[in-house]
Amino acid sequence: MSRKQLVVIGNGMVGHRFLTEAAELGLVATHHVIVCGEEPRPAYDRVHLSQFFEGKDAAALALATVEEYEQLGIELRLGDPAVAIDRNAKRVHTRSGATLEYDTLVLATGSRPFVPNVPGNDLPNCFVYRTIEDLEAIRDAAARAESGVVIGGGLLGLEAAGALVSLGLAAHVVEFMPRLMPLQVDDAGGAVLRDRIEALGVQVHLGKQTTSITRTASGSLELAFADGSRLETDLVVFSAGIRARDDLARAAGLSIGDRGGIVVDARCRTSDASIYAIGECASLGGKTYGLVAPGYRMAEVVARTLAGKDAACGDFDLSTKLKLLGVDVGSFGDAFAATPGARVISLFDGVARVYKKLVLSADRRRLLGGMLVGDASSYASLQSYVQNGIDVGDHPEALLVPPSQGGAPSGPGVENLPDSALVCSCHNVTKGTICTVIREQGLAELPAVKKCTKAGTGCGSCATLVADLLKAELVRAGVTVNNHLCEHFPHTRQELFHIVRVRGIRTFEQLIREHGRGQGCEICKPAVASILASTWNDYILKKEHAGLQDTNDRYLANIQRDGTYSVVPRVAAGEITPDQLIALGTIAKKHGLYTKITGGQRIDMFGARLEQLPAIWRDLVDAGFESGHAYGKALRTVKSCVGSTWCRYGVQDSVGLALRLEHRYKGLRSPHKLKGAVSGCARECAEAQGKDFGVIATERGFNLYVCGNGGMKPQHAVLLAADIDADTVVRYLDRFLMFYVRTADRLQRTATWLNKLEGGIDYVRKVVVDDSLGIAAELEADMARIVNTYQCEWKTTLEDPDKVRMFRSFVNSDTPDPSVVFVREREQHRPAFWSEKQRLLEQGRVRLPVVPA
Amino acid sequence: MLATNDSRSEAKNEACGLEPGESKELVWIDVCAMDDVLPGAGAAALIEGEQIALVRTMDGVLYAISNFDPFSRAFVIARGIVGDRGGVPKIASPIYKQSFDLRTGVCLDDSNVRLPVYPVRVVAGRVQVCPVPRRVA
Repeated sequence: MSRKQLVVIGNGMVGHRFLTEAAELGLVATHHVIVCGEEPRPAYDRVHLSQFFEGKDAAALALATVEEYEQLGIELRLGDPAVAIDRNAKRVHTRSGATLEYDTLVLATGSRPFVPNVPGNDLPNCFVYRTIEDLEAIRDAAARAESGVVIGGGLLGLEAAGALVSLGLAAHVVEFMPRLMPLQVDDAGGAVLRDRIEALGVQVHLGKQTTSITRTASGSLELAFADGSRLETDLVVFSAGIRARDDLARAAGLSIGDRGGIVVDARCRTSDASIYAIGECASLGGKTYGLVAPGYRMAEVVARTLAGKDAACGDFDLSTKLKLLGVDVGSFGDAFAATPGARVISLFDGVARVYKKLVLSADRRRLLGGMLVGDASSYASLQSYVQNGIDVGDHPEALLVPPSQGGAPSGPGVENLPDSALVCSCHNVTKGTICTVIREQGLAELPAVKKCTKAGTGCGSCATLVADLLKAELVRAGVTVNNHLCEHFPHTRQELFHIVRVRGIRTFEQLIREHGRGQGCEICKPAVASILASTWNDYILKKEHAGLQDTNDRYLANIQRDGTYSVVPRVAAGEITPDQLIALGTIAKKHGLYTKITGGQRIDMFGARLEQLPAIWRDLVDAGFESGHAYGKALRTVKSCVGSTWCRYGVQDSVGLALRLEHRYKGLRSPHKLKGAVSGCARECAEAQGKDFGVIATERGFNLYVCGNGGMKPQHAVLLAADIDADTVVRYLDRFLMFYVRTADRLQRTATWLNKLEGGIDYVRKVVVDDSLGIAAELEADMARIVNTYQCEWKTTLEDPDKVRMFRSFVNSDTPDPSVVFVREREQHRPAFWSEKQRLLEQGRVRLPVVPA
Repeated sequence: MLATNDSRSEAKNEACGLEPGESKELVWIDVCAMDDVLPGAGAAALIEGEQIALVRTMDGVLYAISNFDPFSRAFVIARGIVGDRGGVPKIASPIYKQSFDLRTGVCLDDSNVRLPVYPVRVVAGRVQVCPVPRRVA
């Protein structure tokens, strides 16, 4: 037990950042890390706290879960704040009475909201705005309130006012200073901001000092101001700034700054060499910092210092950009022109209600800072001019004006930035790092770039810049790098499709031998399997195809996080008989499966081990069910509303058409999954415009929409043809789907395919409706072959004992997979998390396979 | 690593990364028929409490690697897709698609991660595995 004890007090954003950094640097292996936090939940995103009122719940704001900390090997003590530090004995005492010994102590206690010393500030319905619990209390009070007052017109105050608006209250903002956001914008910016915010229905009261809050006879609250005026309201939110939480440190005798905060040096070390302080509670150079970026930097510095690496805090970037009540505000660098000799250019647009100000160096060549109100779209690029000292050229005023239509963009483009340019100041990521990661890891999607570089995951203000960098890198890659499927085939998917079709190739083995090299991989094998299936529609588990399939296709079920599978029988158009419902329930019960209704109007049954799948499907096939192809890049469902069958508004039989379409295209393998829907009237209850193909009934027939997408990047489907009859819907869909299947890239949904298709929907319409390429008959014939060779893959599988033998957990044993462990939850079961498995293992209640070290 | 055609045992031991003559100390366990593992595919085996993935490449070479996917912590490696990267024989986890070098167990996407690999041979059409991980230099 030579591991040192590292105790962290506080589990807010900065405390969490310290822990992730510490884990990455291996400190968790060399130290026993214990965290105690006051709040009942692990760290969450306080910067975006207001999103709690826009539908995000506590889980969506969470930065970490208890399980994740557990997996990192960090001991987390929630709801158990530290109450005292005994520096002589090197111990921390917590509220629950626990004593934590430390070798190193990190204070990340954050700050508390400052509540002005006004009589009545503790009345019921007076709140602060800092934690999820505060927001829950405000939400509950707002349910019985009509109006609310925020005291404080700074950044947080306007956030709180936005929250009151979204809770449906008449909102007021009371600010002591003569303008809003006095720390970030000047008088002109404040005026534009006020103008915009009042236009949103928030009443702004400036230059008002609150002298008392009293309770009226009717139970509401009344604010009295120094100028004699009064304001009646139902609830009050104090948001008048924050104060460092330094009381623990103060009581322990650590040095405290004149204006509060625990005094630290550039390595964030306090006056006690074994104690560090980071984030809002720390006072560095006599200042405390209420922004997340400096806090993150401090967290990194301490983690690196403890890991024996060199690190120190430099100057912090105090730039801010936010959207308050839908109003953009940005303030960066030397926004108030404090640098000697600085010159200012500004743009005040009273019509568009936009204010922009640039602060230039005395020689007018460099941008020192600026502020943006009403339109902060150029924030990230302007900020990078400041951070990187880029020459602004002879006409810096051009940076203030948005690019004119059709003209060359006058703003700074990402390509002008040097590789050293700091893009994400929260996580200290440069342009060079981002571009290298995109290139080396072949990233193509923004979320992946954010995940791999962390850029854009702090305050989020640089996300557009990161997206631009990705775009530029992809354009560059498109020019210099080939778009070959993978290292095994010097062809695009479209070219391979053509080769397979024209040369009549029926196996992967032949294709790679004649047109590729090597043995293939997890990219080309499933892609070629899909091409072969779209063209020849062979049974996908034939000996020569089985090894090409992704695990879902190979076992005709959907793999879950613990390696078990889920099973989804087809419920075409979502129409199901009572007997079928009973059968599904009976089968799920018999095989011990967890059940859930899917978004595609079907029933998903989870928790099947490999060797259970054939028995489950034997029962399903006996009950008249067939494969739902939920496992395949294939047609999934055609959702429907009940339409004219029952609905008083329905104008066509939407269920009937959805059944026809689902049964026609079921089993069709495509570059990605395909979803369809049919709505019986314009009310669109089947959400057809969110699908790859959607049909909406009209008085005169049907409108056909294509290329919609839900999921990560929702996109509405676009109209392909209007008021056509059902047979024409089918004919157009035959052509459209086959055209997409032939020409799309691997894993490209119809929406992305359309976005990248030259000519867009007009081109698709020419090909599908006008037959401009003269291939309509061929496309229809290809589709007819697929339709005519449909088979239920599960039925085929069950008929062949050799295929059934593939569904074994072990090739040498009939033992059920012992690594599959379930726990009860909400009257069903789910796979145990790793930490739960470990606990059960220690209690001797399960036998897990040996886990490699 | 072993060629599946029955070659001389000396050569086999060399291919296993073993010293010549060390084979006497290895305990070989009979697992299944060679035909139970399809070319270009994997199959999981339960051997003395350990889950081991038997993997056969398209060119007929048989490997034994842990069935544990350290990224998802599920025992699923055998259900991955077999192939090569730049000529290195590999299998990709079916959960998050990280690839592992079948010869050494080293993760090709994160060189800090390595799966145990095991000696494996084919005798008279039967696959035999020694469930003690090989030392890999």
